[in-house]
Amino acid sequence: MNIVIPIKQVPDSNKVKMDPESGTMMREGVEAVVNPLDLYSIQLGVDLKEKYGASITVISMGPPKAAKAIREAISMGCDDGILLSDKKFGGSDTWATSYTIAETIKSLPAYDLVIFGERATDGDTGQVGPCTAAWLDVPLASYVASVDAVTDDSIEVERMVEGGYQKLRLPKPAVLTVVKEIAAPMLPTLSGKKRARRTEIPTYTAESLPFEDANLGLKGSPTRVVKIRTPKVSREGRVVHATDGEGTEGALDELIAYLKEKELV
Amino acid sequence: MSFVWTLAEQDGTSLKGVSFELLARGRTLADKLETKLASVVIGGKLSEEQLQELIHRGADEVYYIKNDALDDFVVETYSRILVKLIEQYDPHTILAAATTTGRTLMPHVSIGADTGLTADCTDLDIDPETGQLLQTRPAIGGNIMATIKTPYKRPQMATVRPKSSRPLEADTTREGKIIEVPFEESFVDGRVEVLGYRHNEDEDVDIQEAEMVISGGRGLKKGDNFEIIRKLATRFDAAIGASRDAVDRGWISYPHQVGLSGKTISPKLYFACGISGSIQQLAGIKTAETIVAVNNDPEANIHKIADFSIVGDLFEVLPRLIEKLDENGKKATGGKS
Ligand SMILES: Cc1cc2nc3c(=O)[nH]c(=O)nc-3n(C[C@H](O)[C@H](O)[C@H](O)COP(=O)(O)OP(=O)(O)OC[C@H]3O[C@@H](n4cnc5c(N)ncnc54)[C@H](O)[C@@H]3O)c2cc1C
Ligand SMILES: Nc1ncnc2c1ncn2[C@@H]1O[C@H](COP(=O)(O)O)[C@@H](O)[C@H]1O
Repeated sequence: MNIVIPIKQVPDSNKVKMDPESGTMMREGVEAVVNPLDLYSIQLGVDLKEKYGASITVISMGPPKAAKAIREAISMGCDDGILLSDKKFGGSDTWATSYTIAETIKSLPAYDLVIFGERATDGDTGQVGPCTAAWLDVPLASYVASVDAVTDDSIEVERMVEGGYQKLRLPKPAVLTVVKEIAAPMLPTLSGKKRARRTEIPTYTAESLPFEDANLGLKGSPTRVVKIRTPKVSREGRVVHATDGEGTEGALDELIAYLKEKELV
Repeated sequence: MSFVWTLAEQDGTSLKGVSFELLARGRTLADKLETKLASVVIGGKLSEEQLQELIHRGADEVYYIKNDALDDFVVETYSRILVKLIEQYDPHTILAAATTTGRTLMPHVSIGADTGLTADCTDLDIDPETGQLLQTRPAIGGNIMATIKTPYKRPQMATVRPKSSRPLEADTTREGKIIEVPFEESFVDGRVEVLGYRHNEDEDVDIQEAEMVISGGRGLKKGDNFEIIRKLATRFDAAIGASRDAVDRGWISYPHQVGLSGKTISPKLYFACGISGSIQQLAGIKTAETIVAVNNDPEANIHKIADFSIVGDLFEVLPRLIEKLDENGKKATGGKS
């Protein structure tokens, strides 16, 4: 079985500091990591590889340093990677990103499954997976929480939806986007790390494949960001102390009055 | 002028509440553009009265397409239908809910219809100069607000965060047209088979649809203590949320998780109990209307971001809060509860 896992490199949410004055985020010099939600798709791929046998190709589009994210995925058990890096890819929205990823997947000799994370923690859209399925014209299961059966020509999954789980059978090839429940990511092994260092990661540019130039990067993106602002945190910030019996009574009276005023009780 | 559309959601036999929230958004946009508002309904066994409610709550027209084959959401089929309707009617704007359905279907449609899509918007407006849709959404864990346009392609499409707007009051004097779109066999993609549906056993898990969410974290000390949260949730008629630490310890299931690797929610009230207020937890609650917290560590970050917080031991504060609310309730009803 051939599995493709597109991953994104994002700023590390653990290293992000909050400005104590404005309560907003300070991103300067923040380290880049594998999108934390892509660790689940990587682990699902590795689990399927162990159970059914598979070769896993990781794809990442981003600056040259995104090669590090691919190496991390390889150290977790993936086999090889492709870095999509070119100034022409810059400024892509989900439409252009998914086009570029889909064209790359189409150029591979074969694929049975493409596994996406639920969303990237920086853009927060969760659109690239479903968009890619549409470009590939391959069946999609989003928000997959478990894979129940894989045969030569099909896969059964459960999707986590509002109020429960929807069970689907998809013919292969198929595209999945997965949620945290799907797998428990494991740390890279020492041998994995060695292999990751040795593995050569080819870089594809806009010239590497017959991409339609008009579909790439900012030029190919139907959406434009026209304004960005950092919202001031405007919470009321009332703090009351309930450190003894009397304090508790007073604090709760205040809380109940507050909730009543807001029509919450 | 082409119309503004909303995509209604149904659960088989009724329309979901979020369908009416979308109409409130759509109504404002359609009025600014001086055009009509239509709602598209795919699948479900819906009655004339149920469809009329869409009109009473803001729609001028309803396009309804029904067939047994459309009752379950299958993205390939729904996408084919929506793309076809777009080609036929050429709408100006389409709003869908940022639910698992909307966030699966609309990206698929954005490729089929060759246009842009903005995810999970919390604010929508019309640019007075160009008449273009201004789509504002939180990004990077709610730490920035980005405003996005789709300048050249049509329709302009956005998914809208549930609970980020209130439905309009039903106006039963409003009149509109219900148009039945004929079903064609060719709409059904047929590659994917729906094998079934498993409902969550606990009912208080729909944290994205809930008006109020009471949430527990590691401060609860053990899983059994979620009972305190459950009692409080019953008292408030709230859904139950949790931090990742509580979920990872197996105290409660993952669908309850709030935050960066869980759900993003916008309830009227978010009540955090024994939660420290990490960056990743906050990412899920930035758009909550009111945040209340109980935490016994005066230095905990949650006190800095809550609207109202109590420094205290949740094991003392919460049971007493329930008692006091009950006493209060009795007083208000003259003791006849
Ligand atoms: C990539 C990534 C994604 C993540 N995603 C999420 C996510 O989606 N959601 C999420 O929540 N976290 C997420 N986290 C984890 C996050 O960093 C924190 O570890 C987590 O939120 C802490 O959970 P907590 O507040 O329950 O526990 P703690 O941080 O341990 O806080 C427990 C709090 O309870 C208080 N407490 C203890 N006893 C009492 C008492 N008797 N009465 C009152 N208060 C008491 C303590 O003072 C403390 O503040 C993520 C982390 C990473 C790296
Ligand atoms: N630049 C990228 N390169 C490779 N994969 C990506 C990229 N951006 C997004 N993805 C994939 O698409 C998923 C959803 O991302 P997003 O739509 O940006 O929230 C991620 O979890 C990744 O699997």
